[in-house]
Amino acid sequence: MDFNEDQIQRYSRHILLQDVGVEGQEKISNGKVLIIGAGGLGAPVALYLAAAGVGTIGIIDGDVVDLSNLQRQVIHFTPDVNKSKVQSAKEKINLLNPDVNVITYYDLLTASNALEIIKDYDFIVDGTDNFPVKFLINDACVKAGKPFSHGGILRFDGQTITVLPGTACYRCVFHAPPPANAVPTCSQAGVLGAIAGMLGTIQAAEVLKYLTGVGDLLTNRLLTFNAKTMDFRTIKVKHNHKCQVCGDHPTITDLIDYEQATCEIKSNH
Amino acid sequence: MSAILVNGKTQEVELPISLIELIKKNNVEQPEMVSIQVNGEFVDRSNFDTTQINANDEVDFLYFMGGGSR
Repeated sequence: MDFNEDQIQRYSRHILLQDVGVEGQEKISNGKVLIIGAGGLGAPVALYLAAAGVGTIGIIDGDVVDLSNLQRQVIHFTPDVNKSKVQSAKEKINLLNPDVNVITYYDLLTASNALEIIKDYDFIVDGTDNFPVKFLINDACVKAGKPFSHGGILRFDGQTITVLPGTACYRCVFHAPPPANAVPTCSQAGVLGAIAGMLGTIQAAEVLKYLTGVGDLLTNRLLTFNAKTMDFRTIKVKHNHKCQVCGDHPTITDLIDYEQATCEIKSNH
Repeated sequence: MSAILVNGKTQEVELPISLIELIKKNNVEQPEMVSIQVNGEFVDRSNFDTTQINANDEVDFLYFMGGGSR
């Protein structure tokens, strides 16, 4: 890929980085990344990946922008209320960086469409708000051999892990979704808006590291932080031989649409 | 009293103590909300009550965090 003068200027702070350079920027520009959920996490991820010049950004979300989203979902603006989140996100990405090819899916990720959608991408970002889809993303990515970043936030806390083929997966750590309603989601328990930015930008950095091959990814380590104390921790986690999806004797052979509580499906009431 | 590490921080406990007792001591309201490692090994949920904690053990409570989108 030959960069024109504007692109060299636009990406100059990447190109200046010894570890990235023109070669690294080319890798970013050739990258195809799918963001699942254009919400609290997906918003900063999409903005930073767009700014970085990721060549293709796919965004899947079946929701529309709600006024209560704007406290943290920084890719959506006040006039976007009631617009589909994928359309709103696409418009901002196009304004920020016309180099980016944006592919939108105004839909929910399900067991029947997951593999078909993720197959075209180099890296997947989980920016979803519920456990059924988090486990679905994990299982689909493990099966398809796709690297992905898990992210979760709640109240003042955040956690993330990067999963590559063969490293500890989300299910290695968390086994199965908790009973519906046992664990509150942000729409029920609240979240400090900036937490979404803190965690989403960590996920975006992992994507750029993966695309450029720079540094050590957050694999086999779960990063957690609490914004009240600003304590960050990485906890070593191991690939679990008893894991139902990537263990020695996987019992999950088909993707699963776990049931979720109805209050998690509709947020606007 | 014996020292153990819970989520990276030293905690003094009276031994013997089982994992389920440690969960209660740490005010984990819903044990179904955590995944637990003792010395880097995951403990099956069904073994929370039979797992005994020893001095200097490192226990990590890993909480489910579901938010992100909405």
